[in-house]
Amino acid sequence: MLAAIGSLSVLGLILGAVLGLASRYLRVEGNPLTAQALALLPGSQCGQCGFVGCGQAAEALTAGTAPPTVCPPGGRAVAEALASLLGKTVDLAGVAEKAPTVAHINENLCVGCTKCFKRCPTDAIMGANNMIHSVFADACIGCEKCFEVCPTECIEMRPIAATLQTWFWPNPATVTA
Amino acid sequence: MKLFKIRGGVHPEDRKHLAANQAIEDLPLAPLLHVPLQQHIGNPATPAVRRGQRVAKGELIGAAQGPMSAPVHAPTSGRIMGIGSFPAHHASGLSVRTITLQPDGEDRWLEGLEGVPDPFALTPEDVAARVAAAGIVGMGGATFPSAVKLNLRTKYSLHTLVINGAECEPYLTCDDRLMREHAAGVLDGARIMAHALGVSRIIIGIENNKPQAQDAMTGVAAPYPEIRVAHLPMRFPMGSEKHLVQTLTGLETPARGLTADIGIVVHNPATAFAVHQALRQGRPLVARLVTVSGAAINRPRNLRVPLGTPVQHLIDHCGGFREDPAKLVSGGPMMGQPLPSTRVPIVKGSNGVLALTATEINAGPSSPCIRCGSCVDACPCGLLPLNMAAHARAGDLEGTVRLGLMDCIGCGSCSFVCPSHIPLVQFFNYAKGEMAARGRAKQKQTETRRLVEGRAERMEAIQRAKREAMAARKRDTAKPAAAAEA
Ligand code: SF4
Ligand code: SF4
Ligand code: SF4
Ligand code: SF4
Repeated sequence: MLAAIGSLSVLGLILGAVLGLASRYLRVEGNPLTAQALALLPGSQCGQCGFVGCGQAAEALTAGTAPPTVCPPGGRAVAEALASLLGKTVDLAGVAEKAPTVAHINENLCVGCTKCFKRCPTDAIMGANNMIHSVFADACIGCEKCFEVCPTECIEMRPIAATLQTWFWPNPATVTA
Repeated sequence: MKLFKIRGGVHPEDRKHLAANQAIEDLPLAPLLHVPLQQHIGNPATPAVRRGQRVAKGELIGAAQGPMSAPVHAPTSGRIMGIGSFPAHHASGLSVRTITLQPDGEDRWLEGLEGVPDPFALTPEDVAARVAAAGIVGMGGATFPSAVKLNLRTKYSLHTLVINGAECEPYLTCDDRLMREHAAGVLDGARIMAHALGVSRIIIGIENNKPQAQDAMTGVAAPYPEIRVAHLPMRFPMGSEKHLVQTLTGLETPARGLTADIGIVVHNPATAFAVHQALRQGRPLVARLVTVSGAAINRPRNLRVPLGTPVQHLIDHCGGFREDPAKLVSGGPMMGQPLPSTRVPIVKGSNGVLALTATEINAGPSSPCIRCGSCVDACPCGLLPLNMAAHARAGDLEGTVRLGLMDCIGCGSCSFVCPSHIPLVQFFNYAKGEMAARGRAKQKQTETRRLVEGRAERMEAIQRAKREAMAARKRDTAKPAAAAEA
């Protein structure tokens, strides 16, 4: 009995010391959670969350001032991943999955001012001075930055249409037959 | 032949008597044919014709794009009315790029289509190339380009070709009729495919509810000792590739692997017949057999249908509806997909059109799970459908995946037996689609990250160049000034 108590407390002391040393010598700069949260975010610095960029959003997430549903373009998948990282529960039914959109330029109205071209964070717009610009839909993330700056309002945000390859059955739990 | 037992499976009433005794009939031409450019897995074909152009039967109208694609050919002679968007043969009701052809009634074949006198003298590459050029895809419904499957020999060491004549779905009888009426053609096609695959052993698996087809195939296979006809017990889903292979050989296909991993390639009898026609007569795939059946159909039939024929045309030919169907299905009742309308065209993968009555589909409001375990017994893949569905319902897709969602073949056996009418397989179809969508989103996110980083680097480089240029200018202006001072 005594031996058991003794050995366990010795063990506890040793392990405690190891942990103490480890925390001193293996200290990580900043919160490691922030880095992990940042890795989950899209990284396009689009600002749709209301923060300056993804890094600030990640900090707010780990500080608990932003909910896991902070990132609108990330949608349900990112919200779920963030929630599980932060150990929070999240009401995903509440995250109205905003239908993803891509920018489309009306070629008749474009004056080739290159404003949108300069703003696009993913280089999804092709064009040059005085040339008609166009959007490479596969690279567009629907951040609406170009939409905001176009002086002739010729940019339209169009929902991405489902194709036979991307269409799938709706969730039977949400379908009321 | 010794067979091996597989686990699970169900015994739905086969209801093949409705159409099994109807000999294959040629369907008359419809006034307009709508031929989609994508009737296969992979890249869609690109149009090879212009509006107004006259084409002959069998002429190329859509060219394949890359190796994972298939060309499409004119199903009859006539005039191209246009290339546009038309509702697809798909449950979604979405439209796809489609070529509309107005038949001229002559049904004139393209001149110069000639077969090979001896396909066995060709190299396997040549056979596969001809199969690819004929636009042949897996005609059991999978629509995987057949030539890609014939070229598997370069990556796997193969030993057996299995012809999947199980046709385990209730109602469907077109493979049955094909093997009865064109046994020699099916066998010849199978032998040509075996030659292309570099294998000698062929097993033709046919369920015991098709004794005439078994006899016909045994008859034509008699001269070839390396070809066996296996009599399969009736059980759904016997026609699932992996389960068929396991029944025939006792070998289990690795999870998420191909049957080629264990040296076996499976093809459908209709695909074999199409290969026979492509090699012996040089004819591309322009028509297929379709079973039109169900209690709501006046005269169930097995029809030879030019691709692109609207489903309504088939139904009219079969005497229309006896009563309003409760459900219109493409394919079999177990794994088939509901058809959004009868306007949609028949495509390479459509093996059946079923108009089912309310009593046939046995629908009912779903009630809570009573944990009877029937679905677990029925699942041929050894999964726990009740638990998977519970996770999917709660939105925990990761949990569903952990329970083996990706091993589910979507056979519908679990939904079929569930006394509570829980839409089990529907949950799994949704979950698989959602997981695939997340995969695509993730891929796009990585791509976005790369683009953003690329842009940041470029901006940085531009800034640096500007700073350097500025510094250089300063130096340059400073130098002459210093020189002047000296
Ligand atoms: S919305 Fe405009 S700025 Fe944003 S990614 Fe698309 S094209 Fe670029
Ligand atoms: S901002 Fe508008 S007008 Fe200017 S280049 Fe872009 S699309 Fe054209
Ligand atoms: S068959 Fe239906 S009721 Fe029975 S355990 Fe499975 S899900 Fe539950
Ligand atoms: S649909 Fe999936 S879970 Fe249901 S029985 Fe078939 S393989 Fe099993």
